[in-house]
Amino acid sequence: MNVGVLALQGAYHAHVRTLRSLGVSATEIRKPADLDGLSGVILPGGESTTMSMLLDSSGLRQPLTELGNSGVAMLGTCAGLIMLASRIADGRDDQLPLGLLDVDVQRNGYGRQLDSFECELDVDINGMQRMHGVFIRAPKITRIGQGVRVLAALDGIPVLVEHGVCLGASFHPELGNSTLVHRHFLQLAEASAPATTPPLTHLGSR
Amino acid sequence: MSSGTTGSFPVKRGLAEMLSGGVIMDVVTPDQAKIAEDAGACAVMALERVPADIRRDGGVARMSDPDMIDGIKEAVTIPVMAKVRIGHFVEAQIIQDLGVDFIDESEVLTPADEAHHIDKFKFDVPFVCGATNLGEALRRIAEGAAMIRSKGEAGTGNIVEAVRHLRSILGDIRKVGQADSAELFDWAKKLQAPLPLVQELAETGALPVPLFCAGGIATPADAALAMQLGAQAVFVGSGIFKSDEPERRARAIVEATTHYNDPSVLAKVSRGLGAPMTGIGMDEINQRYAERGW
Repeated sequence: MNVGVLALQGAYHAHVRTLRSLGVSATEIRKPADLDGLSGVILPGGESTTMSMLLDSSGLRQPLTELGNSGVAMLGTCAGLIMLASRIADGRDDQLPLGLLDVDVQRNGYGRQLDSFECELDVDINGMQRMHGVFIRAPKITRIGQGVRVLAALDGIPVLVEHGVCLGASFHPELGNSTLVHRHFLQLAEASAPATTPPLTHLGSR
Repeated sequence: MSSGTTGSFPVKRGLAEMLSGGVIMDVVTPDQAKIAEDAGACAVMALERVPADIRRDGGVARMSDPDMIDGIKEAVTIPVMAKVRIGHFVEAQIIQDLGVDFIDESEVLTPADEAHHIDKFKFDVPFVCGATNLGEALRRIAEGAAMIRSKGEAGTGNIVEAVRHLRSILGDIRKVGQADSAELFDWAKKLQAPLPLVQELAETGALPVPLFCAGGIATPADAALAMQLGAQAVFVGSGIFKSDEPERRARAIVEATTHYNDPSVLAKVSRGLGAPMTGIGMDEINQRYAERGW
């Protein structure tokens, strides 16, 4: 299985490291040809305005949207969640989301860097599990569409959501020690992958 | 904010990670900040004069006027950084109080203390510091820096010093990675850096915080050079707003930083940018900013 990490700007190294630690091959995505043969795509944290501009200049916006609509698994963290969303509040006018995950987000909804924080989260993946969440100038999920499942919430506000094979997190699972979210994403990717892909057998729990 | 912990080291380093693969641009007005954001900057550095002007004007360079920083904060939605003088912890207290996202304890401003850097663990806002070699980088990390940038020579438009510093830092990281456990004691002594950080470096093969490149980047090719050498992102100071066409150059440098390994993209974005900043040779300057910091 080959998973792509959007590498236009942001914390893509951290996702690549996490994937490789799980024995999965990871491709950095910078141009449309990099999308070939991917079973899943991760949109990392970073600056969503920068990524949005580079999505257009690199010609990735349309093929990436088509890939998402074709049922390939997607994971968006922080700015990546903003990119996946239906609607962005407090963004720039020219900053268009991909509309692959039916949620509305407010950019920097948890404040600026001085309000950034880390905390423990209870995550509903194979039963309730504890994981560490790092929130950096994090976007706030302000609405979830029908059928969107909340996997974790903080003070009653969703911070990890799932719809079909699409996952979105306000926080940064790639910055902590837990690989819970990534392992769950890889299961979604495996389920959505073409039948020719060899099955994953090495994803033990960490 | 709810039950979370703010101002911790992982939270500080987290923002540094988010700026990876991006371009941080020096701006002196809200209008320039908007141009930078439009061009795809991942953050802006608010300061009163770009390094080339500080170099030309001379005198004491200090932190910026809070009104000017507020104006830039209001103009953009991306993170805003600001510079303080080396060792001037009161300037840092003021800048933190303004709600700036990152502080640069910078050799470009006139140092306030010739022996001590700021104890950066005392602050909730993350700090970036410059370094010319691995020892300097590790000393700054020991003081709490959440990001290191190679210093280069600010305000020159000349990449030679940035290359020297990046090669020195990354070359020594590779050498420490090859050292055996007994040799690490000697490395700590030679680098004048804390042993536990040297041992951690040997184990992980990388600095515990992101390494960016600054000081002399003037063209898309310069930015890509820094990235190919191993920088995680770049700072561009005078290089943008001292050039003929700042908007186009800023955007080209952003694209070059993303596509740093793709010569055909680099060729495309390098076309028709107008004249870069003139730049100066190292033998023409009388003050090397990179020598400030200890």
